[in-house]
Amino acid sequence: MAGHSTYQPQNAIAKWLERRLPIISMMHGQAVAFPTPRNLNYFWTFGAIAMFMLITMILTGIVLVMHYTPHTSLAFNSVEHIMRDVNYGWLIRNLHQNGASLFFIAVYMHILRGLYFGSYKEPREVLWILGVLIFLLMMATAFMGYVLPWGQMSFWGATVITNLFSAFPIVGDPVVSWLWGGFSVDNPTLNRFFALHYLLPFMILGVVVLHIWALHVSGNGNPTGVEVKSEQDTLPFHPYYTIKDLFAVAVFFIFFLIFVFYMPMFFNHPDNNIEANPLVTPAHIVPEWYFLPFYAILRAVPDKLGGVLAMFGAIAVMFILPWLDTSKIRSMTYRPIAKVFFWLFVVACVALGYLGAAPAEGLYVVFSRIFMAIYFGYFVFLFVIGLVEKPKPLPNSITESVLS
Amino acid sequence: MATTNSAEPTRRDFLYIATAATGAVGAGFAAWPFIHQMNPDASALALSTTEVDISAIQPGQIVTVKFRGKAMFVRRRTKGEIDAARKDDTAALPDPAKDADRVKPGKDEWLIVSGVCTHLGCTPVGTAGGRGDFDGWFCPCHGSHYDTSGRIRKGPAPLNLPVPEYQFTSDTVVLITDLKNA
Repeated sequence: MAGHSTYQPQNAIAKWLERRLPIISMMHGQAVAFPTPRNLNYFWTFGAIAMFMLITMILTGIVLVMHYTPHTSLAFNSVEHIMRDVNYGWLIRNLHQNGASLFFIAVYMHILRGLYFGSYKEPREVLWILGVLIFLLMMATAFMGYVLPWGQMSFWGATVITNLFSAFPIVGDPVVSWLWGGFSVDNPTLNRFFALHYLLPFMILGVVVLHIWALHVSGNGNPTGVEVKSEQDTLPFHPYYTIKDLFAVAVFFIFFLIFVFYMPMFFNHPDNNIEANPLVTPAHIVPEWYFLPFYAILRAVPDKLGGVLAMFGAIAVMFILPWLDTSKIRSMTYRPIAKVFFWLFVVACVALGYLGAAPAEGLYVVFSRIFMAIYFGYFVFLFVIGLVEKPKPLPNSITESVLS
Repeated sequence: MATTNSAEPTRRDFLYIATAATGAVGAGFAAWPFIHQMNPDASALALSTTEVDISAIQPGQIVTVKFRGKAMFVRRRTKGEIDAARKDDTAALPDPAKDADRVKPGKDEWLIVSGVCTHLGCTPVGTAGGRGDFDGWFCPCHGSHYDTSGRIRKGPAPLNLPVPEYQFTSDTVVLITDLKNA
């Protein structure tokens, strides 16, 4: 791990520490001298952006907990109290609420980068799987966080999503009752979601450490997909990529703060400003935008269990993607046919996102089925096309591709 | 490690197995309280029955009451609604059931069904004009239509709205006592 470090402790304290806990030389090797491909483009900055979003969410979240009350009779008002009474409460809450959406934007860009440039391929399978795991934990965290303000969408979103588990035969109903701690989404549910919403971000942080560890074993991929061959192909991480990442983070945070300051309710649903009422379902339940593609897949299947399996399958397929794509070429830049289908897949994801917010009837359902077929078809296609596609010629090295 | 060909189990083998077995059983017993604490507790189980005064309900009206934290519909059906439900006993139903089996004998007027959609648990709408294609209930979440007997007719829901266990304690009072699968 510390193999790249040229660090030599200079003063007596650093020398003393080095013999007991060589943490400075490890950090130097991993975050300063770490050899990074010289040709990374801005799509490679979303990992750092996501990291900054995670830290923002944890910091603002800890502050919110100091003012929030996890009880069905007090939760809604305690959020209003944060918005109106707590000093800068509106800012902290808006940062947290909008931060969730911006975190997902960053992570979706990060995932698409991985899909386009083949970041999941040998030898980075474990790195990829850890990433999918982070994505799953994020979805669980975001879902439970959305329940805490105890508005109508919080309550009914929680009801619909927990009810998904009732689709499974035999164990379904006992599992749902177990998740709720009662006969409906109620105070026990709110309490446990609060506890888990506080826990999961730290689990995400733990998996992020493993994710970065795996990254630093295989090294970064790069836009050509050709592995690093000599020192000439690389630059030290600091200052080249610390600056590039921080610049991108700054631009992204300006984008983030535009929402926080000028349209803080942009991602919110108006119905969530009505306190939860177990006897009245809002006319049109929509999950948060980042769940919409999966929600569209759920509703596209006419069978309850089938819909649930298709939805979970849409995420599960990501775990086995490294073995579904049979092509050895990492970057889509050199895969003329696969590239077209990649963009078709992106269109399908966006279209499913739109359809997930539309009513589940008529043509909307028909189109949901078509785009769901494209979504899953992409993975089948990757398996087949890898066997027959003739790739464009690859550059001999990163340096050659940069200088030519 | 050197291999031993001795067929006789040693005291060390015994200690290994005994320790592992104790650990496994102990872990199992220790896990259960942590799992079971999430199941409905005594206070949730205690809120098990609901009494409804039906004297003020007009024909054609649907009243929503709360039973175990969720909606329960009490509907006083008109003659036309009962006839429509009876006529459809022979229609192609996703979850076949006779209307007469879903009400108490001699109380055809009173339909009491759970207000929890069997798809994903929303509360179907029963306000006039929004009762769906079969004049029963319409679930806005994913478009399930129920008829005047609370039977599923169209949409993703797999089952009819369940009929709870209840009794008429007098002509004007209904006591709802239990609901399977809810």
